[in-house]
Amino acid sequence: MEFERRDAPFVTPATNVPAIMREVLYALIPATLAYVWYFGPGLILNFMVAALFCVAGEAAMLRARGRSVEAGLADCSALVTAALIAFALPALMPWWVTATAALFAVVVAKHLYGGLGFNIFNPAMAGYVVVMIAFPLHLNLWAAPDMGDLDYHYLTLLETARYTLTGTFPDYLSFDAISRATPLDTVKAGLRDLRTFEEIRVNPLMGDFGGRGWEWIGNFTAVGGAWLLIRKIIRWQIPLAVLTGLLLPSGIAYFLEPSIHASPSFYLFSGGTMLCAFFIATDPVSAATSNKGRLIYGLGVGFLIYAIRRWGSYADGVAFAILLMNMAVPAIDYLTKPHIVGHAKTPGKSQ
Amino acid sequence: MSAAATYDLGKLHGGLRLPAEKSVATAGQILRAPIPDQLVLPLTQHVGNPSQPIVSIGEYVLKGQLIADTDGSLGAPVHASSSGKIIAIEPWPVSRRYGDTAPCIIIECDGQDQAIETSEIIVDYTRLDPDSLLQKILQGGIVGLGGAVFPTAQKLMQAVTAPLDYLILNGVECEPYISCDDMLMREYAHDVLCGAQILMHALGLPHCQVAVESDKPQALIALGEALGEMDDKRIVLKQVPTIYPSGGEDQLVQLVTNKEVPTGGLPTDVGCVVQNVATAAAINRWVSHGEPLICRVTTVTGEGVVKPVNVLVRLGTTVADIITLAGGYTDQANQLVIGGPMTGKSVSTDRVPLVKATNCVLVLVDAIGEANAKPCIRCGECAEVCPIQLLPQQLYWFSCADNEAKLREFGLTDCIECGCCDLVCPSHIALTSDFRMAKGRMRELADEKARAKRARQRFETRNLRVLLEQEQRDEELAAQKETAREIGPEAIRAIVARARKKPAGDQDEDK
Repeated sequence: MEFERRDAPFVTPATNVPAIMREVLYALIPATLAYVWYFGPGLILNFMVAALFCVAGEAAMLRARGRSVEAGLADCSALVTAALIAFALPALMPWWVTATAALFAVVVAKHLYGGLGFNIFNPAMAGYVVVMIAFPLHLNLWAAPDMGDLDYHYLTLLETARYTLTGTFPDYLSFDAISRATPLDTVKAGLRDLRTFEEIRVNPLMGDFGGRGWEWIGNFTAVGGAWLLIRKIIRWQIPLAVLTGLLLPSGIAYFLEPSIHASPSFYLFSGGTMLCAFFIATDPVSAATSNKGRLIYGLGVGFLIYAIRRWGSYADGVAFAILLMNMAVPAIDYLTKPHIVGHAKTPGKSQ
Repeated sequence: MSAAATYDLGKLHGGLRLPAEKSVATAGQILRAPIPDQLVLPLTQHVGNPSQPIVSIGEYVLKGQLIADTDGSLGAPVHASSSGKIIAIEPWPVSRRYGDTAPCIIIECDGQDQAIETSEIIVDYTRLDPDSLLQKILQGGIVGLGGAVFPTAQKLMQAVTAPLDYLILNGVECEPYISCDDMLMREYAHDVLCGAQILMHALGLPHCQVAVESDKPQALIALGEALGEMDDKRIVLKQVPTIYPSGGEDQLVQLVTNKEVPTGGLPTDVGCVVQNVATAAAINRWVSHGEPLICRVTTVTGEGVVKPVNVLVRLGTTVADIITLAGGYTDQANQLVIGGPMTGKSVSTDRVPLVKATNCVLVLVDAIGEANAKPCIRCGECAEVCPIQLLPQQLYWFSCADNEAKLREFGLTDCIECGCCDLVCPSHIALTSDFRMAKGRMRELADEKARAKRARQRFETRNLRVLLEQEQRDEELAAQKETAREIGPEAIRAIVARARKKPAGDQDEDK
């Protein structure tokens, strides 16, 4: 009998890239529910806009680069980028801002650097930073979380959609009526005005430990992250290192001088910390590759988030922290090569 | 039971827990394969140089008779595995390890299975000094039966030149599907342990560790019972965890002794000798029973055969003959692999013979289509499972860029091609295959460099020679001029005049 020949091994791998990407999308569902609960359906609309432009941009670039459009889209990585952009942006966002972020992410940050696997920078964060700089007005308008006990107009789906499509509200609504400063902004401004953290905390916006709404989005994001850990889609090194890198400086500062520093729990559960630790910093393409390297990378991200929130002019520092550490990845990878079995145990001199 | 627990083991990085797929083939006993009509015995069934046939076509040979001997260099002799007539010595398709076809001695069996007289060749090894014992083992045609097929005697001869601490018998059959060593240990435990005693004597070592994987409890029990009967305190049984590829020689050394075999080195560099359990049994069969290596236990398995079995088969039996013992192919059978699913070689025809290396005949059914690799997303799972702690994702990157310096720096040559990285790659990149090719390119490059170096040396030597000759000529010329000056212009004119007087025809003579 005759047979065809192949190369060993003859076992099919158990996982594949599309499955991993889908798993990441599923893991964002709890956080999505929490987000929509507190901030209305804007996130969903933003995701739809981002997904549309990410997929369109991806298809156009794959075509332009002579790659298989079907195979490229099938890996679902464009949808993950879209989801992260939607999570990073405020819930109320005119479509062109979202579209700009999505197109920059996919076209420039991803494909001009060589496509999936070759991008130095996290595409979603690169796209987000571009609109953060280009559209500061829109990026600073956050709707207040649904709190019930506050005088607050909860936007209907129709009103949200209208804003997304036109960037305007009906006449009976003004943005001032519905927007609130984020907890991060509140703390930053409060500390700048020389108020103590205890005083700032009285504001109902500040919630119990990380800001009204945000703390629960953070919790549910962490639940999704735990799912990814259990499914071994991500490994523990980066999330732990990011949280530690943020917890250590904030904890030390708070321990030494609690009145003029925000509490460590506030750092952990406000803004994009959890999303960063489990979903953004863990992007394998733009993160460090060895386990030791991942610890260093995560610690760097965590510390930079702290530094930017504490001393920078932006309220949250996730995007910049990620992009800065992305730049450090080649150096980290070079310096953290693991010891090869059978080689002398002097790092860097394994020959 | 004297099996040691696993707590005093060294650490192995990475590895995979693979589905065993072994129980179907270990359900029954080892089947004894019948004498085939024809035996195909390749001259190269080992690492080293081909053996030289010492029989001629038409000659009648007995079972166990030497039919091809080594040329004195690295190699192992070949013996007839049954009695019959030599009908051809010609190229025949073989497993890809040895190229597409290789010269084989073909025996038409007479079915009598008449064996050579063994009384002369059986020796009491305890009376032999280690050197003579090694010479004896060399004649048995015994090679490493774990799959590496390095001539055992020569491996041992190399080993005795180093200071040794450990003799480890490898009963860790870590690849899925393969269960021939498991069955051998269950049914031939006594042979294995006697082989261990012979090896200890040959190496002058006071103890021996038999490492058995934890998924072979019955083998461990059988060895334990046999050991109890023999009451040999020098032999210790050791259970090692079931993690692929813990059965690799260097990996097992690391597990048992917690020492890393240095890069490019041998286990003897850390005082270890590793022998497969089947090799040990074969040594005992030869030394104590006069039976050279003419048969082995092979697993015939996979979803592509009706009834997976372990068979004791005469070397030279073709795969086609042996498949019938496993009930034949199933309808879906579409891939024939010699060896295990992780490191085996696929062959295009079942006319290939079973040789000393053949621990498994694997028939698979999944027609895995052309590899549809996606870009690497640097997830690092490959690095997580690499037993050598390499970074396959980086190696792949450098191999795509053909960056030889970086490939060396990141340890490509240390890759053992176990295939773990392929299995966890979500992008389905054929990493192992890629690394094999990169290694080949690297070897070619090294060869080319060596050739270039030789050419340069030749060129430089020639230049030097030309230069020296020139200098010599210059010196001679200078000396002549000096003489001319000394004897003065008068004498020279006289010489010239004398030359002119001579007839033209004589000039040649004068020269």
